[in-house]
Amino acid sequence: MTSWPFRLEPRSAPAPASLRLLATAGAIVVALGLGGLFFAASGHDPVRLYMLMARGAFGDAYGVSEVFVKAIPLALAGLGVAVAFRAGLWNIGAEGQIYFGAIGATAVVLVLPHLPTPLMLPLMVMAGALTGGLWALLVAIPRVYRNVSEIITSLMFNYVAILFSDYLIYGPWKDPKAFGFPLTPLFPKAAQLPSYFGTRVHFGLVMALVAAALLHLLLRRTPWGFELRVLGDSTGAARYLGLNIGRHILLAMFLSGALAGLAGMTEVSGILHRLQRDISPGYGYAAIIVAWLGRLSPWGVLVTALLLGALFVGGYSLQAAGLAASSVFMLQGGMLFAVLVAEVLLEYRVVRRAGRA
Amino acid sequence: MDQAFWIATLGAAVRSGTPLVYAALGGLVGERAGVLNLGLEGVMLVGAVSGFLAVQATQSLGAAVATALLAGAALGVLLATLVVSLRVNQVVAGLALALFGTGLSAHLGKASIGQPAAVEFGVAPVPVLSDIPVLGQTFFAHNLLVYLTYLLIPVAWWVLYKTRLGLHLRATGEAPAAADAMGVNVVGLRFGATVVGSMLAAMGGACLSLALSPTWIENMTAGRGWIALALIVFSSWNPVRVVAGAYLFGGVDALGLRLQASGVTQVPSFFLSMLPYLFTAGVLVVMAPRRWEGAPEALGKPYRREQR
Repeated sequence: MTSWPFRLEPRSAPAPASLRLLATAGAIVVALGLGGLFFAASGHDPVRLYMLMARGAFGDAYGVSEVFVKAIPLALAGLGVAVAFRAGLWNIGAEGQIYFGAIGATAVVLVLPHLPTPLMLPLMVMAGALTGGLWALLVAIPRVYRNVSEIITSLMFNYVAILFSDYLIYGPWKDPKAFGFPLTPLFPKAAQLPSYFGTRVHFGLVMALVAAALLHLLLRRTPWGFELRVLGDSTGAARYLGLNIGRHILLAMFLSGALAGLAGMTEVSGILHRLQRDISPGYGYAAIIVAWLGRLSPWGVLVTALLLGALFVGGYSLQAAGLAASSVFMLQGGMLFAVLVAEVLLEYRVVRRAGRA
Repeated sequence: MDQAFWIATLGAAVRSGTPLVYAALGGLVGERAGVLNLGLEGVMLVGAVSGFLAVQATQSLGAAVATALLAGAALGVLLATLVVSLRVNQVVAGLALALFGTGLSAHLGKASIGQPAAVEFGVAPVPVLSDIPVLGQTFFAHNLLVYLTYLLIPVAWWVLYKTRLGLHLRATGEAPAAADAMGVNVVGLRFGATVVGSMLAAMGGACLSLALSPTWIENMTAGRGWIALALIVFSSWNPVRVVAGAYLFGGVDALGLRLQASGVTQVPSFFLSMLPYLFTAGVLVVMAPRRWEGAPEALGKPYRREQR
């Protein structure tokens, strides 16, 4: 039997950062390649589809600006998911928290429609963060006091939040002048986040950058951030350190939901200028991928939010080519699979065999 | 709301609970072996769409069920390779599977959204039994896929609790190292349980697209995969209790739909649609503390034999 000239050997130390980055990039390429095989198997020309997607996302200035537009909610919600995952909390309810943030921000506009901008926008930001955070607390409280896994409850609450938002826009919040369409009235100018360069890129971009910077400081430079990471690594260790685990969970989930709530706020205030149906095409689920691909680091999240943003924008080109818009979820799921495999491979290294085995 | 309304609702509870029976049983088989499949929702969707596409192409229900099972097996092999062979994080891999399945099903079914199924599992009342008052209409006036669960559940119970295979499976989920030392093939059992469980979940999806509402609609499972995961928890990982829970959920679902149809308009329909989700979360919270006892000890933990 001939043997390979190389063999795999477990690494004694973690792989260097550059190699990790390379592995993540490689995994994404592999996932797109496998996705292409799926497209080909169902009778589509994958090369043409990917060209269409690339042209949609990067072909012109508008496409690029739209990538940033999509990256804003993805980054904010992704930061939220990353905080929760860091603390060992599987918050998969970002989608519902986005809707509640949007509802909170819209409530401010509907209750106090004549506020001037300097009052209106900060109030909307606070309301969006607060309602998103409180919605997440509904999951955290049973987790802390009755040991109910947050995975299923947070997911269940996504459906509830979307139905509640639908109730509002079909019912009490419906614009009487909208010919029966389920929309709130258009927000006054004072309630619209400013946008720049003649594109739809809005102030939410700054908010996402600031949120990432603050989160980085919080996680890396404060005792609370350290404790949160200890909790995420091992509940046992956290208990030995004498941490108030319940309080940490409540705070982490509130922060997580508040960040996702901000994503909802920026969508209604910066893009749609009203509350309507389907304000999120699944940003909350994509945020899970954004967080994991970004290795739960705030800066990583910003980068992967752009990547997933490009995938969403490219996805609209798929729709124009007659494919389902949600086909991009297939590519997103595939990327997550590939990155998970890459992480396993990173635990090993290839060494040249000394002689014949 | 007379007696006929309630009898019809009971029947509907069993009918709409049946996809949950399949999916929850599938999840349970995997979890008993220590593998958490958070991707049930995606697997159900792929099962639903592949069964539906097969019935459109072949006009054969047998081929449709076989296709759904095959698709479920393929996804099961994918998940098992990741979490059993490569030992990646089960939560993240499951979430990836949920997303992947959602996208894949949308992609495959795009051209046939809303088409009526060429053939469907129609109502086939069991002679004699369906004439029993109340019980007959509740349990024996359904389609074949419902009756199949009446066989499947006792078999699952018997295998889990009365056979060597079941003992080994449960040992694998409780104490994999001990099972391994006893000579049980831990990796093989986990792999197999994940694949079989995934096939059952796909069957639950096919139950939707071939019987309950014989068509394909994007995301037609509407969270049933996640509800199934909750069902497993509060049935204490017991296949017989899973059925009771599934019918309860089917009942809540059916009652909401029926109240909407019968024109109870005081409660906006949106709130009635929330019922299954609120009920799931509510039951989890109410039943929580004493229920965790049934959880397999090694659930969600990858098994790695000590290095020699």
